[in-house]
Amino acid sequence: MSTQTLSQNKPVERPEVKEKYDHFIGGKWVAPTTGEYFDNISPIDGKPFTKAARGNKEDVELALDAAHEAFKTWSKTSPAERSKLLNKIADVIEDNLEMLARIETVDNGKALRETRGADLPLVIDHFRYFAGVIRADESTISEHDENTVSIALHEPLGVVAQIIPWNFPLLMATWKIAPALAAGCCTIVKPAEQTPTSIMVMMELIGDILPPGVLNVITGFGPEAGKPLASSKRVAKVSFTGETTTGRLIMQYASENLVPVTMELGGKSPNIFMKSVGDADDDYFDKAVEGAVLFAFNQGEVCTCPSRILVHEDIYDVFMEKVIERTKAIKMGHPLAEDTMMGAQSSNDQLEKIMSYMDIGKKEGAQILCGGDKAGLNSGLETGYYVQPTIFKGHNKMRVFQEEIFGPVTSVTTFKTTEEAIEIANDTMYGLGAGLWSRDAHELYQVPRAIKAGRVWVNCYHAYPAHAPFGGYKKSGFGRENHLMMLDHYRQTKNMLISYDKNKLGFF
Amino acid sequence: MSCDSGIFLFSFNCGITMNEYTPRVLITEDAKTIIDQLKNSNDNDLMFHQSGGCCDGSSPMCFEKGDFIVGASDVWMGKVYGCDFFMNEDQFDYWKHTQLTLDIVQGRGSSFSIEIPLGIRFMIRSRLFTSEELLRLNPIMTGEEYLEQ
Repeated sequence: MSTQTLSQNKPVERPEVKEKYDHFIGGKWVAPTTGEYFDNISPIDGKPFTKAARGNKEDVELALDAAHEAFKTWSKTSPAERSKLLNKIADVIEDNLEMLARIETVDNGKALRETRGADLPLVIDHFRYFAGVIRADESTISEHDENTVSIALHEPLGVVAQIIPWNFPLLMATWKIAPALAAGCCTIVKPAEQTPTSIMVMMELIGDILPPGVLNVITGFGPEAGKPLASSKRVAKVSFTGETTTGRLIMQYASENLVPVTMELGGKSPNIFMKSVGDADDDYFDKAVEGAVLFAFNQGEVCTCPSRILVHEDIYDVFMEKVIERTKAIKMGHPLAEDTMMGAQSSNDQLEKIMSYMDIGKKEGAQILCGGDKAGLNSGLETGYYVQPTIFKGHNKMRVFQEEIFGPVTSVTTFKTTEEAIEIANDTMYGLGAGLWSRDAHELYQVPRAIKAGRVWVNCYHAYPAHAPFGGYKKSGFGRENHLMMLDHYRQTKNMLISYDKNKLGFF
Repeated sequence: MSCDSGIFLFSFNCGITMNEYTPRVLITEDAKTIIDQLKNSNDNDLMFHQSGGCCDGSSPMCFEKGDFIVGASDVWMGKVYGCDFFMNEDQFDYWKHTQLTLDIVQGRGSSFSIEIPLGIRFMIRSRLFTSEELLRLNPIMTGEEYLEQ
């Protein structure tokens, strides 16, 4: 591994952080009952930059007490009031976008251009979206006969547990918090161990907007804080984004408590480039090339990372030449520098796991088209977690084609026919995302319908607007976030069956 | 015990004695030290379930035995340093031609794996079985067979 000398813009200043952050419970900052905190390490340089409270079962119980108390009134708050508060949260975040983008970059390691341009704007819009849909939401009523009316009324589930991943710490938290609050639930949020700080900085800004206990955030380790939360008899639902084994474990707890869950468990998304992509060397072709290189977005730490490129064999040479060229042009560097295109992986163990896949990819005979190693950056980044964007060439049975590496690594293979493309695309345990690129009007509809995935991007990739439902098929989970249909995952239906008939049945 | 009949494997001679089998999962000395440490602070035996998918997936998860309920869709791949090691059968289909080595790495994973508070994460390193090894792989058990045992 050679060391790369950085030539780039000066990083922007890091926002000031506190020495340590407590839990946010019942509208107050509450020290962990054990008094213990753990270091939060920034992936930028591998060094601790603050501490987070090391929560445990007792802390979880305190948060549950606060949330249950708050639910008594929050569940009866009018949609207009809930909407107003969600909008206010969005406004405060918007006013502090730059600071929050920077702290998110320090916490997670992703490039500032992403936190500024994607994570935070989506957070803001997502709160506004749920502030909007709850105002237009209606229950249903049906007349069964002239004297009998059925009202199907939404009621919030209660106090819910939400376990957040580390790849988009604020955005993934928002995907869960906004619909839960809009639906009238109170929540206890547990951020990931790797990224426990940005959400606490956000809570410092928005914490007093909501009534105490409506939104509680507890930090800590999975086995110590996440497990008592997910297994508590006092939660009405668990929402989880993460991996399959923990997903099963949470469902196991939910089965004991007979409560619903929603799960988003990852993917191995195919990005398919049909023959017609290569019909002209035009703007569309250029867009398709970028669509393939989007595997490096967020350092590949996205559940829907387009980590399998399926390209028609006739256009392989011309297309991949451009993809490799564009991948090599990705500017790595200090995540807080404005011209950095790709930042650091989130943690050391993540870095090592990615490197273990580089190793098995080579052992299985996959060919490295570019990258293949750590990035070895200098200028204070030597101890950070940087990986070169990497493209393997091989076949779909190789492990690099089948496992979620969760790094800037994609694997390319070719196909001859549409049927073969679909077969390869569906030869995976997962079914979260997929991409289909074509100039053919028939393929644009028929191929996405044949792909077993919850989200198929057609002539685009990695867009996550509110009001487009997002969730998995197969082992990628269930539930559809990012859309008003998520409201129903935080509600139950009260059916009132009413008789307006003055006459008795005549049975007794 | 069943003989694996996957595409990468050939039916093997079930007369082979256990110590001639090629183990599917190995372990490093560093990982043994962590298991010892975890055993000292837990009353029960430990088990591993290899995860897949998002974020902290593709990592082995360590639990107290019985904490994670093994199902009929899991595959028992053997014992590693006294701990049962499992993987879901769908995932096993794509992994079975590789030998796994349980190792550790400094770092902070999330998930409910019990080593996480130590600032250590279990991880898997892999290599391909040779064609000779494929003929005498340690027999697996289906989840159903394991549960009947």
